[in-house]
Amino acid sequence: MTEFSFWDILRNLLLAARWTVVLSLVSFIGGGIVGAALLFLRIGGQRWARLLSRGYIQLFQGTPLLMQLFLAFFGLGLFGIDVPAWLAACVALILWTAAFLAEIWRGCVESIAKGQWEASASLGMGYLQQMRYVILPQALKVAVPPTVGFSVQVVKGTALTSIIGFVELSKAGSIVTNATFQPFTVYGLVALIYFALCWPLSKSSQLLERKLNVAHRNH
Amino acid sequence: MTYQFDFGWLIESLPVLFKGIRITVQLILIGAVFGVALGIACAWVRALGPKWLKPVVAAYVELIRNTPFLIQLFFIFFGLPSLGIRMSELSAANLAMIVNLGAYSCEIIRAGIQATPRGQFEAGASLAMTPFQAFWYVVLVPALQRIWPALSSQIVIVMLGSAVVSQIAAEDLTFAANFIQSRNFRAFETYTVSTLIYLALAILLRQLLAGLGWMLFPRKASR
Repeated sequence: MTEFSFWDILRNLLLAARWTVVLSLVSFIGGGIVGAALLFLRIGGQRWARLLSRGYIQLFQGTPLLMQLFLAFFGLGLFGIDVPAWLAACVALILWTAAFLAEIWRGCVESIAKGQWEASASLGMGYLQQMRYVILPQALKVAVPPTVGFSVQVVKGTALTSIIGFVELSKAGSIVTNATFQPFTVYGLVALIYFALCWPLSKSSQLLERKLNVAHRNH
Repeated sequence: MTYQFDFGWLIESLPVLFKGIRITVQLILIGAVFGVALGIACAWVRALGPKWLKPVVAAYVELIRNTPFLIQLFFIFFGLPSLGIRMSELSAANLAMIVNLGAYSCEIIRAGIQATPRGQFEAGASLAMTPFQAFWYVVLVPALQRIWPALSSQIVIVMLGSAVVSQIAAEDLTFAANFIQSRNFRAFETYTVSTLIYLALAILLRQLLAGLGWMLFPRKASR
């Protein structure tokens, strides 16, 4: 039987942590794109689009991410595609991230005073022009801290993909535990690596919030 | 797509599903009550507690908020036995949920407390309230009222997050779904049904918490 040194354990976990980072980036960027599309539907003029996007957001915010992963994993297979775990993981995480980002950004857009919409409309701007030149530049400033804050949830969300068999940090933790029989050390290290990934994001979200002075503007 | 959907298994699997629902509901009820209580205690420490305890609570909150629930669960269930602390799957699941919600609700309640003007504290003291009375009646209750919506959504998030306790074989709704689909080989239908049940539970829990908010914080002079 092979003996595992502390260094062996740490090295294997760090190698697997790369996949956590990659998956987080893919989900966050993909989710941002889909989320922006949802946002435009959610606050746009068409009634059906608003209802559709609201239904989507409520569905994805009201069901467990784990179930969404299972459904993506087994559901995509129904179309005759052989679904690898990474594909199901990416699809589910992107859709899940999009729902939350769209809702966060909607709050930011709605925090812009109604008069701004009316003023820009009175200048003869169309919907896209209003968004591009008046609303988004202001909403973006409000949106940065909560968006960075949500990225922490995305990193933590990737842990669930271990359950459908994607080998990232959490799955590596289980595998290494099974080989070394040292769950305390291994899961402790896994937790610390996640902490090292997430804590800078949490902190910078807090700092940005203070710097942009968004939270207590009304006091 | 030539797949034929089949929900014929549903009737005979109902008892298993209901048992799963019962466990999930039980987990979130216990988790919510004790988790929020822990959160209040931690918020008290951070606002008024002994100085040496503050960094401990701050470290606890940061550590929990920046690690995945799954890893917290694994650490409690697989890691702690190395220290001689052994518990059943359900106790481990409950403990993980309480510890998790405790950290999040501490942060939420603290935000509510910070929004309370400092003068109210002093007003409480000038009415000869003890620091604890002033904290409870003057600071905490209005703070809870203010952050109730945020706290409610956090409780719903923890309920949805509890789906992963199936991974340590706690027999919740997801465990039931896994069990059923391993028997009927109808994974997609089984997970669709359990997803819809989770959705219904989430809506129900949200309504319940909104109702509780109405009962606990009747709209009176405080605003």
